[in-house]
Amino acid sequence: MKFGIVVFPGSNCDHDAYHVTKHVIGQEAHFLWHGDTDLAGSDCIILPGGFSYGDYLRCGALAKFSPVMREVAAFAARGGPVLGICNGFQVLLETGLLEGAMLRNASLRFVCKHVHLRVEETNTPFTRLIARGRVLRMPVAHMEGNYYADEETLKRIEAEGRVVFRYSTPDGQIDAASNPNGAARNIAGICNGARNVVGLMPHPERASEAALGSDDGRAMFDSVVAACAGGRLAESVA
Amino acid sequence: MKTHRVRVIVTLKSVVLDPQGQAIHQVIDGLGTAHVQDVRQGKVFDLALDAESPQAALLTAEQLARNVLSNPILETFACSLQ
Repeated sequence: MKFGIVVFPGSNCDHDAYHVTKHVIGQEAHFLWHGDTDLAGSDCIILPGGFSYGDYLRCGALAKFSPVMREVAAFAARGGPVLGICNGFQVLLETGLLEGAMLRNASLRFVCKHVHLRVEETNTPFTRLIARGRVLRMPVAHMEGNYYADEETLKRIEAEGRVVFRYSTPDGQIDAASNPNGAARNIAGICNGARNVVGLMPHPERASEAALGSDDGRAMFDSVVAACAGGRLAESVA
Repeated sequence: MKTHRVRVIVTLKSVVLDPQGQAIHQVIDGLGTAHVQDVRQGKVFDLALDAESPQAALLTAEQLARNVLSNPILETFACSLQ
């Protein structure tokens, strides 16, 4: 399958995503320049981390007007799998492909460390190979990861099972101490109603090789490969 | 067509936590020279835009404020002709 990794001016985690998709899990991968409108037959779109447009105005606010985003939105509307990582998640929120918004971290600090996430939902292309409740360890590096939505939206997202990842302790407890940024309900990642668009603040592409400290994130890329292979697995693998 | 100046002020909705405003508030408290109840930080955009009339300029500014300059989930805005 083919991964398309969007590159905005200021994206800086595009190469990590390319490395994992091409060299670690062995699929086709290419970069999609933000000014182009050709997704080049990609089967999965990744919006990588970084500082698109320098985070000017608001994180992800200017990137949403890039020509490529019209095509990404159309691709998502057709059911194509889209993964937004960190700044990519922020772009998806600003574009409205995912609900909610990001505030500055409650601590007012740029948080750069490994965190634990509990996988809440396995019914997305990026988590279908991961057992529900499994805890993944991967790094965050952000200043604006404080996920916010009004109460009505939060209730609806929760009720529809669209909170995909929650910050947790290593053994899967949800508490304030494990929340690195003040995000509502420890939300680290969510999906859309159709469940094909997923955004998360942590970086699975920096946790896909044991040599980097954790390869827990690799399962997300393996999952979407399986999803695009068309076959439905009989059961999730831990 | 004339060039009109419109000022757009974007502020966080009152229900949204403002940690930056709180940090500023703490520092002001530390000065001990003023008794401040609350501080919330916003943004000012000054637009110089071409329009047929001041009213048209305001309308355009409101559109830009809604679609670009503010995030309606978090923020409200006010436009005024300068």
